[in-house]
Amino acid sequence: MAITKTIRPGLIQMRVTDLKASVEFYQNVLGLDIVGQTSDGRVMLKTYDEFDHHSVVLKQAPESGFDYVAFKVVDADTLEELKAATEAFGYPVDIASDEQPGFGKRYGFKLCTGHRIELYADVELAEKIPMLKNPDPWVEMPRGMRAQRFDHLLLYGPNIAEAERYFIEVLGMFAPEICDTPDGKPFARWLTGGNKAHDIAFVEYERPNTIHHHAFYLEDWNAIGNAADLIGKHRVKRDVGPTRHAITRGQTIYFFEPSGNRIETYAGGYAAYPDNPQREWDIDEIGRGLFYYEGELFPSFLEIVT
Amino acid sequence: MKYTIKDATTGTEYICRDDESIFRAMHKSGRSIFKGGCEGGGCGICKVKILEGDYVKFKNMSRAHVSEDEEEQGIVLACCVKPLESIVLTKEI
Repeated sequence: MAITKTIRPGLIQMRVTDLKASVEFYQNVLGLDIVGQTSDGRVMLKTYDEFDHHSVVLKQAPESGFDYVAFKVVDADTLEELKAATEAFGYPVDIASDEQPGFGKRYGFKLCTGHRIELYADVELAEKIPMLKNPDPWVEMPRGMRAQRFDHLLLYGPNIAEAERYFIEVLGMFAPEICDTPDGKPFARWLTGGNKAHDIAFVEYERPNTIHHHAFYLEDWNAIGNAADLIGKHRVKRDVGPTRHAITRGQTIYFFEPSGNRIETYAGGYAAYPDNPQREWDIDEIGRGLFYYEGELFPSFLEIVT
Repeated sequence: MKYTIKDATTGTEYICRDDESIFRAMHKSGRSIFKGGCEGGGCGICKVKILEGDYVKFKNMSRAHVSEDEEEQGIVLACCVKPLESIVLTKEI
């Protein structure tokens, strides 16, 4: 397993304008389990197939959007090493003060794109975890879209060239695929710290601290079809799909949860290795890159963010 | 009950049930004035001014896109309001 320094994006906190409706959606449509509530009323959730205490936190707020994402790093020494390296890179680092039950020390900083990124090494196991001894594929039959894990996220913001440099130089990630503008400036970057095709992606965008989507992994193309049925049944606002990405090769549907944040359900995707050559997209071919079956861009896909 | 939603700019009319959002009525028609949208009050794409007709807000609108002052002036996200009678609206605010 080609893990470098970060294991995965293990925690995301999202702002929602209707906490009750959004929690119900994550629970019954996406199929996550509610882990509990923080003392200030945020709701913690996880998928049936995740081991850590929780992976998603929803917070009632006047605006929808992104609060922060936290990457789990391989151990406590690496955490301290990455804190020092982040400061040396030029980002002041703080210790996160908001409560995340089950999580150890979290360092956080503001990336040039305006997003808060956090790093942690320790998190307790959840009460409900997958079986370890002679394991069945699941303990209780998964609900709804049967999301298996919080997989990745796509952030929009300015100066993604610097963001890419941070994730590669400091966190030790690599970019299996890239897309540049005709004058050679980065338009989009897909970055990973392991064998997943991407842990995080960036698109160059004027407005800082915006999110395009966060994604949950589904088992296969059949599960994508099941998710599409649930989109129809629950009158969910679909954005694009079911289709396939040429970029990362994953199969996908995009839709919006009740507070308007875009969610992707994603299956498949190639295994990324740091020694493989980088794949590159011309910006005039990006429609096919994103939506391989349609071969065209959808205005809503590029322009709608929270 | 069903009402008519009219876009003042293009004159296009849509049929809207009293239990669905103005956004959804436009979206279903395939002739929406919006290129898409989150339908959750989050992205701000469907910001309109209601020129005529009464409506009810049934969802929170992100304050990143509609301020309290704007809301008082009839500026809303079309995905967060349902009609109480026929409506005339515009995207040009």
